[in-house]
Order: sequence, then structure tokens, then C-alpha cells
Amino acid sequence: MSSTSKSPWLLHYDGSSCNGCDIEVLACLTPVYDVERFGVINTGNPKHADIFLITGGINAQNEKVVRQIYDQMPKPKVVVAVGICACNGGIFKECYNILGGVDKVIPVDIYVPGCAARPEAIIDGVVQAVALLEKKRSKYKKEA
Amino acid sequence: MRFFYMALYLVLAPFLGGLLAGLDRKLSARMQGRKGPPLFQPFYDLFKLFNKQAVVVNNVQDFLVVGFLIFIIFTGCLFFFGGDLLLVFFALTLAGIFYMMSACSANSPYSSMGAQRELMQMMAYEPMVLLVAIGFYVSTGSFSVSDIVRSEISNIAYLPGIFFGFLYILTIKLRKSPFDLSTSHHAHQEMVKGVTTEQSGGILALIELSHWYENVFLMGVVGLFIVNADWRSYLVALPVCFLTYFIEILVDNVFARVKWEVMLKSAWVVTLIAGVINLLILNLI
Repeated sequence: MSSTSKSPWLLHYDGSSCNGCDIEVLACLTPVYDVERFGVINTGNPKHADIFLITGGINAQNEKVVRQIYDQMPKPKVVVAVGICACNGGIFKECYNILGGVDKVIPVDIYVPGCAARPEAIIDGVVQAVALLEKKRSKYKKEA
Repeated sequence: MRFFYMALYLVLAPFLGGLLAGLDRKLSARMQGRKGPPLFQPFYDLFKLFNKQAVVVNNVQDFLVVGFLIFIIFTGCLFFFGGDLLLVFFALTLAGIFYMMSACSANSPYSSMGAQRELMQMMAYEPMVLLVAIGFYVSTGSFSVSDIVRSEISNIAYLPGIFFGFLYILTIKLRKSPFDLSTSHHAHQEMVKGVTTEQSGGILALIELSHWYENVFLMGVVGLFIVNADWRSYLVALPVCFLTYFIEILVDNVFARVKWEVMLKSAWVVTLIAGVINLLILNLI
């Protein structure tokens, strides 16, 4: 375990979520789940983040925003789609304004399904993201 | 011997500062009913940041951040070397200016706002910092740290008001709530991350490192109020420093962030009442 896997900083972005998944993401920070045990910080700043946690599907308005946030994040980075809407559009899939899941815009590494995704599932997703982050880091080191 | 203390600060301060930061996060989590991260979490964060890509906004910013680190180290070294207290505080201000300018140089509204608030913070705490130096001069007759530590009685006996005033502005210096306006260690500030918004990777790591050096130096100033010619006073100074830090963490967790007007007014009122009156009494006796 290197320092990368011990200090994953999150960026949480709400696409067009109904806020169900967002509340569950925030529940992870509360005393019951306390993800800070694993060194996780909810940064709110793309330039400090390692993991891009995104809830809700992509619509015509937030497409550019999601792409920009993704581009602003320094390498190595991992994208986690939380909730079924972020995975493939969910029940909003057929709506005229919804483009689909997050992977329509940026490459998604981890999918966490659920409506809403349970905090346990989100933490599990983050743990897998951390393992992937570690792999990407060694790859990034080789390239650099 | 003086060079030995300086070298000791240079080598040990990052470890001590990192541990203090770790203790801070652990205690904060406990106060909020959480388990909290491991004690060495700040070191993991630092190493991770060094391993990440640094998105360079402009070269000036990198230069200014490195300047911040160098002048903070210079400040601390001069202090533990036993140098002139006035020079120490001027170097500290210069380091603060470097930090503020690094945020100014980026073309982001959030980091510009952070820089403006940082300036407000400097305006709030700077008079008290100067009063600390003047207070030590009036009570011991010297600005030199090496002379101050050789005084007969602990200087806090002469400078209780100034000590209180310094504790008040220490909350601003340590970037703790209610005065963490320009940037905060806690998530989700109303303007992203304020001063450090545009800094990433290794550059952000350098800033963290500078803060650790700075915090150890600030604890040194707290200790300076306690120590005297007797070696046993150093054993008292250490718990006082820890207690001070604990109180800062408690204050951080108890109070919500205030607006800059409240910070500026209250800091100056405390400076005027506690600091200036203390100095007047000291001049009369």
C-alpha cells in the first residue's frame, strides 16, 4: 500500500440526480460510516481530487460541466458513477433531455448501481476505485 | 548550541508539524463522534500529493509558493537560532505576502477572493503580532529571543494580556474556525478552497509543508511566553503549547465561520484592550 491508496480525496458532483444518491454519499461522511477513517476527504475542488464521484445522469446542460471538471482533475484520477442514473440513465433514460449515463461523456471506471445506492455500496465502490488509482499511479509514474 | 537548535527545527519541524496536524484531525473527528483517520494521515496526504500531476497555472505561482516555504523556514530558523524577534515577525509577514500573492497570480475568482480574505486576515492579526514583539522588549529590554529565554521570571507574568491577544490571533494564523475565511482544512468552503483552489499536486504539498513549519514556529512563540532561565520551565512550556493547540481545535469545532467584519473588529478590539492596556501598565510600573 502506497500513500496514494491511503489518501483518496473525493470530488462529489451532482449531475441530474434526484438527491437520493447525494444524501447517501454525504451519509458516508457521518459518524455512522465515517469514510475519513480511510483518509477520504470530500474536497469539493477538482484540482485536489483523486476520485470523481458522480451521481445522476448526464443532461444537455451539465455535459460540458462534467467534461470540464474531469479535465481539471490532475492525473492519476478515477471516475465512480454512483446510482443507476449515473450508470446508464436509470428511470430518466427515456427523457428528452437526458443523454444517458456518465460514460456518454467521460470514461467511467467503477459503476455503483442502486436506487439510491447504499452507503455500504458507495464505500465498496470507493475502495475499488482506490485499488484502481494505485494501478493508474504506477502507470502514470512510468509515463512521466 | 544555537546552530544546533536551528538545525533541530529544520529537521524535526516537518515531523512535529505533521504529527500535530494528524492529532488535530484525530481529535476533531473524536469531537464530532467519529473515529477519524490514522495519526500519520497528513504524511500519507503529503506523499500522495508529491506523486500527483501538478497542474501548473503559471510559473509565477510556483515561484511564489517556493518563496513562501523558504521564508517560513527562514522565520522559524531565525526564531530557534535566538535571533531578533522583530526580524522574525517581519519575515513571517513576508512569507504571508508570498502566500497571498501565489493565490493572486492565478486567474480564478475563487483564489482571488481567497487572496483578498487572506489580506483581511493579515490586517486583523498583524497589529497583535507586533505588540507581542514590543511586549517582550518592554518586559525584558531586548528583542533577541536568546535574551528573552534567559529572563528571571516567565514573561507571561508581565504579559498576560498580550498572551491572551496572541492566542486570539493564533486562531487566525492556524486557519481555524471561526476565522478560517481565506481557506479551510474542512471540506466545502463557500468559495471552493479559497487561497489553495488553483494549487495542485506537489505545489499543494509544499504549501502543506510550509504550514507545518509555520505551526511549529507559532507553538514556539507560545512557548516563549513560558520559558525562563530555569530549565524546568521548558517542561512547563511543552504542555502549555499542547494545551493551546487543544483549545484551538476545540474552538475550531465549536464555532461557525464569521464574516470578515467580525473578525477584523474583534481582533482589533482584543488587541486594543488586552494588548495595549497590558503594555501601558507595563510602562507605568
